[in-house]
Amino acid sequence: MSEIKLNNLHKSFGDFVAVRNTNLTIGNGRFVVLLGPSGCGKTTTLRMIAGLELPTSGQILLDHRDVTWQRARERDIAFVFQLFALYPHMTVRENIAFPLRNERLPRKQIIARVASTARLLRIEELLDRRVGGLSGGDRQRVALGRAIVRQPQAFLMDEPLGTLDADFRELMCLELRKLHNQLGATTVYVTHDQSEAMAMADDIVVMNGGEVLQAAAPETIYHLPETVFVGSFIGSPPMNFLPVDAPVPPGATEVRLAGAAVPVSRCLQGCDKALLGVRPEHVVLDDDGRLRGRVMADEYLGSHQILVVETAAGVVRVRVDKNHVVPLDATIGLTFRVERTLLYDGHSQRLLPSESALVVRKEVAHG
Amino acid sequence: MAEVTLSGVTKRFRDVLAVDDLSLSIGNGEFFVLLGPSGAGKTTTLRLVAGLEHPDQGIVSIGGEAANHIHPSERDVAFIFQQYSLYPHLTVYDNLAFPLRSPRHSFTEGEVRARVTAVAEMLHIGSKLGNRSTALSGGEMQRVAIGRALVREPRVFLMDEPLSSLDAKLREELRIELKRLQRRLGATILYVTHDQVEATTLADRIGILEKGRLIQVGTPREVYGDPSSLGAAQRLGSPPINVVPPALVDGAALPSGTAAVAIRPEDVLIGDPERSCTLHLEVQEYSPLRHLLILNGGSVELVAVTASERVYARGDRVGVSLPRQSLLFFSADGRRIRT
Repeated sequence: MSEIKLNNLHKSFGDFVAVRNTNLTIGNGRFVVLLGPSGCGKTTTLRMIAGLELPTSGQILLDHRDVTWQRARERDIAFVFQLFALYPHMTVRENIAFPLRNERLPRKQIIARVASTARLLRIEELLDRRVGGLSGGDRQRVALGRAIVRQPQAFLMDEPLGTLDADFRELMCLELRKLHNQLGATTVYVTHDQSEAMAMADDIVVMNGGEVLQAAAPETIYHLPETVFVGSFIGSPPMNFLPVDAPVPPGATEVRLAGAAVPVSRCLQGCDKALLGVRPEHVVLDDDGRLRGRVMADEYLGSHQILVVETAAGVVRVRVDKNHVVPLDATIGLTFRVERTLLYDGHSQRLLPSESALVVRKEVAHG
Repeated sequence: MAEVTLSGVTKRFRDVLAVDDLSLSIGNGEFFVLLGPSGAGKTTTLRLVAGLEHPDQGIVSIGGEAANHIHPSERDVAFIFQQYSLYPHLTVYDNLAFPLRSPRHSFTEGEVRARVTAVAEMLHIGSKLGNRSTALSGGEMQRVAIGRALVREPRVFLMDEPLSSLDAKLREELRIELKRLQRRLGATILYVTHDQVEATTLADRIGILEKGRLIQVGTPREVYGDPSSLGAAQRLGSPPINVVPPALVDGAALPSGTAAVAIRPEDVLIGDPERSCTLHLEVQEYSPLRHLLILNGGSVELVAVTASERVYARGDRVGVSLPRQSLLFFSADGRRIRT
């Protein structure tokens, strides 16, 4: 088991920068998810860790050992792809045993390791079946088996659940996480799906445009997004961001949104152009609310509903109880849970320090 | 716009009973969503209305008039598919104008232009009219496909999972727009999907289809909050409804014949000090994103969605109560026992 460290890792393809000067430490035994939209650099980062791609500059350390220029096979890392890449003409047993045969392990040891891997993945009864006739989920288990059987120092997974349907994906997420709890192997997992990330990760690394925007526990990423992009990428629906009318002086406890005075958590740093960020579940319907808007849509989702409200400051999404009925086109007032308001710098798009940010950080840290 | 009625419609493909004695009435200007898993008969039902399939039994009528023997092209319905099927060599404008220029219509180019620009504005693709249809994003292509149906001003729109090939953000955006457009035009829409979010957000009424049969029809609130069977209760809800053994509930509260008790995750109350908690469970998983708790204790596993801001950790012990008014009771054959 091992720690993975990226120092100033950089990769460009011609003029295109795929990964920009990235620093990241993936602790021993952690399950870390690289999350971002397509083209954000997450797969390139993973391929560089695997040794399938060489960096333009920078360094990769595996347990303090520089592996930057080592071949993939010398790194003792197992890679699980989105496409199963199994040998269709072989049985499950032969597929799982394949990497061990390659390493010329003694027969007895191969048999024992394949058996224990199959037991772990609960595919013992499939061992003599041909891979060609298996369901997608079973194939993915076999692909995992082939990675696990090598007992590598780390697992790298590139959207391994991407081809499965939604219901099954949720189940496999739980299984993968359970497996990780048993094996305790350092795992780096790439996905564009935030619910997979939230369900499995110890730490989430949000990437965009080749850069790491935030690396933290799922709770921190959700409640304290470091940038506007992170807040918009995570959450369903995403965080609301509304432009603030005038410069915000340090110590401000109120801002104006399209003329409406809105109390906010005390801002600890001034900013000439700011955005207010608030999650839909922290917006409250309030007849006395200064910010007013028209209900454009009511997205009824069974367990709750999302009101889409058009205000002079922009569209605000509000999460409300399932039993609340608000007529369409009604004009309503909104207030925000003060201790849950965050302010962002409109230029850098970064989170500004405020009292609520401090409080939330503490809560998240201590549970 | 027109109403659509199916009376006792049955359709078989060899041994497979795709649609089984289906009766359904969709009102003029109604947004009706057929929801079901793949193989439930949704698309077959849609194709029967379009005239692309013929029923073995029963009558399909459109606008109060039996349509069984009316040719698909004479039914005045527009079909929108999951795949956009635009003409790649034509511009957005020409794609939109295409149905109006068919020989069966006699629109002048002025009339065509007026309709195309009005529809393009409505769908926010007015600035893209000169683009090749292949130079558009997925969301824009699906807008053009919807626009091509709109310009014809058909009596009924039939939509087969039109949003399922789009990513989550675009899907939400188009969902909201489609609903507004339907309200504004008073369009009759029969829409099929396996996505419960689309069903509850778009529909005036939902029909839950299973193995070719309608198991419940109602408004989204009726179908979600007042399911007629355990099957219907389990079709909607994410995370799915909890089904617990009756022994978990105070015996005096149980109607006779109860074989299963169900409760929605958001109705499970966590650690409410006002009530005497009947259960003490352990947190197995906590997802801050979905406010979701997976709890277990002994043989019981419960999923709860909590409004509280507390951050839970695996292994925390919590008190749980299941309020009487939120419990749903079902008999052994899955039928709802109302109390």
